Amino acid sequence: MLHIVNKSSFERNSLKSCLNTIDDTSVMLLIEDGVISAAKNTNAPMIADLAVQGRVYALQGDVEARGISSKLADNIKLVGYAGFVDLVVEHGTAVSWV
Amino acid sequence: MKISIQVNEGPYQHQASDTAYQFAKAAIEKGHEIFRVFFYHDGVNNASRFTLPPQDDRNVINQWAELGIKNADGEPELVVCIAAALRRGMLDESEASKNDINGNNLHPAFRISGLGQLIEAGIKSDRLVVFGD
Repeated sequence: MLHIVNKSSFERNSLKSCLNTIDDTSVMLLIEDGVISAAKNTNAPMIADLAVQGRVYALQGDVEARGISSKLADNIKLVGYAGFVDLVVEHGTAVSWV
Repeated sequence: MKISIQVNEGPYQHQASDTAYQFAKAAIEKGHEIFRVFFYHDGVNNASRFTLPPQDDRNVINQWAELGIKNADGEPELVVCIAAALRRGMLDESEASKNDINGNNLHPAFRISGLGQLIEAGIKSDRLVVFGD
């Protein structure tokens, strides 16, 4: 499955809810304000384990728009909209944590 | 692959419609089929033909229209939820005359229909991706 998170973990609980649910074969894509969780900040440890496994992606345009390209947490994979489409195709059901 | 999209938020207030549009555009460019885009809740506001953003801003409504998402019969597959639309004053010609209201504002690239269209999109598509707040 593909889990899409679009809100900052400082604003909503959606990232936490997603992490409580995600299984070992699923991946996470951070979009919109969700990319704030891809920055090195106090909430970065939340996704560190998943990121080490190469299972955390972030939408590049949204990362750049929020000025966090230079403070990206380790092991976050950046994708464009074409990469977003590929993730949807490759990982089956897409769940949006809206 | 057949992909459908659900948009739950209106233009300019949330990023959802912009992200959904960029996703749909990328999917089409990669050779996938957008089976249907279903506009639900405040998402119905993406279908207003009266939208006039400043010249230096994108026109979200026209962007959706320009994707030309249609079915084999040539009907638009940008589908607006009827209950969500009517309560927000989003009307096509038929709904306006049925309710004795002078004027209508639905962009011709969109059509009004029921929630069954969302269920059908979920059944007939390989993927359904939701964009909201």
